[in-house]
Amino acid sequence: MGYSSGRMLLSQREGQVFRFPTWVMVGVPLAAILFQVYVPLFFPILSFVEMPLLVLVYLALMRRSQVAGLLVGAIIGIAQDSLSKNPLGMFGICKTLVGYFAASVGMRFDVDQAFIRLLLSFFFYFFHQFLYWVMQRALLSQQPVFDYEKWLIFGALNAVIGVALFHFLDRLRESA
Amino acid sequence: MESFLNRYRNITVLLLVIFAQLVLLALQVKNDQDVRIIRVWTITAVTPMARMVEAFRGGGAGFIRDYIALHDTNAENRQLRAELGRVKVENVFLRNELNTAERAKALQVFQAHTPSKLLGATVVGAGAGSGSKVVFVDAGSTRGVERGMAVLTPDGIVGKVIAAYPTASEVLLVTDPDFAAGVVSQASGVRGTLKGQGTPMARVDYVPVEEKVAVGDWFYTSGDDRIFPRGFPAGQVKVVRDGRPFKEILLEPSGVQHGVEDVLIVIEGAHQDIPAAPPANQPVYIAPAPPEPKPAPTAGDTPQAAAPPNPQQGTEADKLRNAYSAVGQAQGYKFGEPNPKPPDFTKIGVAPAPAAAAAPPATPAGKPAKTNDSTRLSNQAAGAPHEGKQD
Repeated sequence: MGYSSGRMLLSQREGQVFRFPTWVMVGVPLAAILFQVYVPLFFPILSFVEMPLLVLVYLALMRRSQVAGLLVGAIIGIAQDSLSKNPLGMFGICKTLVGYFAASVGMRFDVDQAFIRLLLSFFFYFFHQFLYWVMQRALLSQQPVFDYEKWLIFGALNAVIGVALFHFLDRLRESA
Repeated sequence: MESFLNRYRNITVLLLVIFAQLVLLALQVKNDQDVRIIRVWTITAVTPMARMVEAFRGGGAGFIRDYIALHDTNAENRQLRAELGRVKVENVFLRNELNTAERAKALQVFQAHTPSKLLGATVVGAGAGSGSKVVFVDAGSTRGVERGMAVLTPDGIVGKVIAAYPTASEVLLVTDPDFAAGVVSQASGVRGTLKGQGTPMARVDYVPVEEKVAVGDWFYTSGDDRIFPRGFPAGQVKVVRDGRPFKEILLEPSGVQHGVEDVLIVIEGAHQDIPAAPPANQPVYIAPAPPEPKPAPTAGDTPQAAAPPNPQQGTEADKLRNAYSAVGQAQGYKFGEPNPKPPDFTKIGVAPAPAAAAAPPATPAGKPAKTNDSTRLSNQAAGAPHEGKQD
């Protein structure tokens, strides 16, 4: 075990950092937020899709930088907060932590594999929902329902959507 | 420091961003008391530090004041001790005043609901003889106290007056070896003689072995001794043993159980029924009787100057006087004025003429006063806490 087992999970793309054009770094999160805001107005059935979260997870995984991940998460989260009725910072804190941990995971796993992406999308969706539930109780003194069954189902659906989205976003990245 | 920051750069940035957003949240969110969370957090964070600073400052100042600058401390200490002593004495005085007021109220309630005519008195001294259970009370012959009168409290009998002086009376307590009174068991109706022993317990003599007396039974005055009216609690049985030829019964006198301070002297006794249930341990407040309903005045009625006295109420002497008055009025005799001939009191006991139909039923002359229906009625009207009669 001189060589850590965690490192064994990396493929030949170990250490490879992907960069994105500026318009992608700005436009894709913005489009995700707009999707989150407008699409459920016309298709309420799609309200379960956490598009900003999936974009954040993808960018953090690909950049493999914790600082970049948490900053992207904070910006997306606060933007999402500003468009919601929640106090500023609720989504911001959740997504900051998601971005940080996603970047940390991206440094250790081969995130180009579809199955890994599926698992990570599912895990971060559940983590995000749980974190938001905790903050609602702790900071807003609310009593939200701990509906883990719904989270599991929506997490699976978001994971499937996330795999497809990640495949599409792969076309926009460029190697550093 | 620089290497430390470089090593933990990512986590530091994370904490800073999280902290910044938490502050942003705290600026917006209010808690249940409509106070912004940022204020709550700030005060919660600052207060312990302020308390520590204040404790340090106060401790330093206190150390200087208490251990270095000790001038005037001794004089202040003496002054505070004197004040503390004065306050303690005042506290004891106020407690005594409160107890006295409560006892006086209890006696007043008892006095108002007992058919006997009672006189309140306070114990002002104890007998000097060793072993004798004698006290002096502050009511004497000038207030109507006579030798042989019974002394009691709402809890039970206390003793009897053995000497009446102008301003004080000497009372032999129920625990004195020379004391004796007739008692009757509340449960079985067994009669006996209550005698003091010089100890806190008294004994009941002359109860045959075959009679049933159990521990916890209550004994009441029987009225046979012509001192204590019938129906006052004497005490509760604590020990029962079979002896020859009588039972050995030890009783705890209820009247002197908690000490004797304020007592009632029976000026004119009225026998009562023995209650069916033993007396309650705790005093119970008895509300005043509701007012009598006033009949609606009709046209032509003349207002009555004064309501005639109810012949069924009052002491035995009152009832006897009412009976004689009724007979005199039936014969046209006017008391307090010159009359051609004296009334014929031999008519007492004979059914009165229609003119005297309102007169009360007369008591046969020479018949000894004992518990009768009128007494029972007056007892019940007075709110005596019993329902049955055990004669």
